[in-house]
Amino acid sequence: MLNYTIRRLFFVLFVVWGVSIATFFLSQVVPGDPALVALGDKATDEMIANFRTKNGLDQPIVAQYFSYVGRLLQGDLGTSLRTGRPIADDLRDFFPGTLELSATALLIAALIGIPAGILAALTQNKAPDLIVRLLALLGGATPIYWLAILLLEFLHNKLRLLPGPGRLDAYLIAPPRVTGFVGIDAILARDWEVFADSLTHLILPAFVLGAFSAALLARMTRAAMLETMTQDFIRTARAKGIAASRVVFKHALRNAFLPVLTVLGGVLGGLLSGAVLTETIFSWPGIGRYTTDAAISLDFPAVMGVTLLAGLAYSIINLVTDLLYALFDPRITYG
Amino acid sequence: MVSVVAPKKQASKASRRFWRNPASIIGVVLLSILILVAVLAGVISPNPIAQDLGQRLLPPSSQHFLGTDQLGRSVWGRVAHGAALSLQVGFLVTLISVSLGVLVGLLAGTFGGIWDNVLMRLTDIFFAFPSLILAMAIAAALGPSLTNTIIAVAMVSWPSYARLVRAQALALREREFVEAARALGTSPVQIALRHVLPNTLTPVLIQASFDIGQAILTAAGLSFIGFGAQPPTPEWGAMVSETRNFISEAPWASSAPAIAILLAVLAFNLLGDGLRDALDPRNTK
Repeated sequence: MLNYTIRRLFFVLFVVWGVSIATFFLSQVVPGDPALVALGDKATDEMIANFRTKNGLDQPIVAQYFSYVGRLLQGDLGTSLRTGRPIADDLRDFFPGTLELSATALLIAALIGIPAGILAALTQNKAPDLIVRLLALLGGATPIYWLAILLLEFLHNKLRLLPGPGRLDAYLIAPPRVTGFVGIDAILARDWEVFADSLTHLILPAFVLGAFSAALLARMTRAAMLETMTQDFIRTARAKGIAASRVVFKHALRNAFLPVLTVLGGVLGGLLSGAVLTETIFSWPGIGRYTTDAAISLDFPAVMGVTLLAGLAYSIINLVTDLLYALFDPRITYG
Repeated sequence: MVSVVAPKKQASKASRRFWRNPASIIGVVLLSILILVAVLAGVISPNPIAQDLGQRLLPPSSQHFLGTDQLGRSVWGRVAHGAALSLQVGFLVTLISVSLGVLVGLLAGTFGGIWDNVLMRLTDIFFAFPSLILAMAIAAALGPSLTNTIIAVAMVSWPSYARLVRAQALALREREFVEAARALGTSPVQIALRHVLPNTLTPVLIQASFDIGQAILTAAGLSFIGFGAQPPTPEWGAMVSETRNFISEAPWASSAPAIAILLAVLAFNLLGDGLRDALDPRNTK
């Protein structure tokens, strides 16, 4: 297991290295001149030449790549052309926003999707099953930005039940930054009004982001439960006279959980992509909106930084799901 | 997938299973409507970008089946043209990613060794990108346009086919009929083309059916945030984005293209479900 983990960690490094090559060479085909983007149209030729020398843009491509990797190894992702700040600092500021949004979305998806899938499997081809399957089909096909627009219109603009876009209401002052997670920072500052407000601001975007994953989890859980319920050990358990609820929750669910775990990596990867759309609509201060803003203003160093971070996050997520899989399934051993 | 049952009999069994499944039938009906609307788009609305500011934000009526948008354009006409665009995007993306993925998977699975290592590690790298972020990076590098969206989405879709085909090729390598072909002196390339390729078609077809819908969804998402088709192009995602500020006065203007996306994705998902249940009997529930 330890050997396997170490091997997989090397693999993560390899993938991130590959991602760095891909993004770097992609950045070379950007039609916009980064010097012009950073300095504006009114820059003189001398200013442009200085900028190019300072940022190494006058070096050959391969040399630029090696100096880029050298800086990466020191944790230096370069400077954002748009914000003028180190990209690593930008990402550190925006990452907690995405993490709290995606974690809440995953929680909502699991709380809706897994029970719905179990319910559907237990009532196969009856009304509850058909309703769950229909909702799962719709949830998997709905453009989440439209869902966001509709929910904002009805629950915020019309009914005033939930707050609109943004992390906090405009009149509130964000708590002093300790962890970067607004909710946790509010608790630390014992500011309960901000804490409550930050939670209500999370509900809509997290639900929108989690809807697609909930649909996927419901489908997977249903299929896995149906598969497990036909196995011999379930029939044995029933024959022994074990209560139906115990058979379902103790025997079947534990085994059905494994195939569900395999889609978890995909679900988390999907959340990263979905965060781009959700954060853009909800003006959420996270990596997704940061990426959109960076890409729109041709801030390629920042886009490269996000892509690298996303590749790293994705590889680690896959590694963790594989390890969890081994942990939960005693039949699997990794040598 | 290969068995002693005559292939014809197997095919007719699969076809019977497909047509007996309500999911497949709804999928086929939805897709047929979509194709019909796309083909007739020019008849429904000769000019989907012509503005008529006197006809702004009109509700659905006999004259404008789905109402008009903030520039007085017929929403139905634009949705119809959008159908043609989205179908093109979906099919082109899938065609490119299937071709690339099958080629890489076949090369890796057939030749093995260094080929397998290099190609599959390359696949792993592309697999590590969250689709929308890589697509945004590509769209930002090449400039926002529908063509670049197609390239971007294809770039993030091909790795799954490469893995699928390689796995199938490796499994088939151990089968008797492939061993027999090898013993008879058939070249690896011929084995790949004559024995491995036909046997990978079923899983590829099922995957492709789902992916056409996903490609339409991703491409529309890219257009929504401004990295795909640009206004006034009647692309569904761009249409939702253009009309989103008029949701309270004219909900039809942004909802019609959004529901069109939903129905298109649903059609391909149902079709994929139907194909999987029909062609892979183990999955039948």
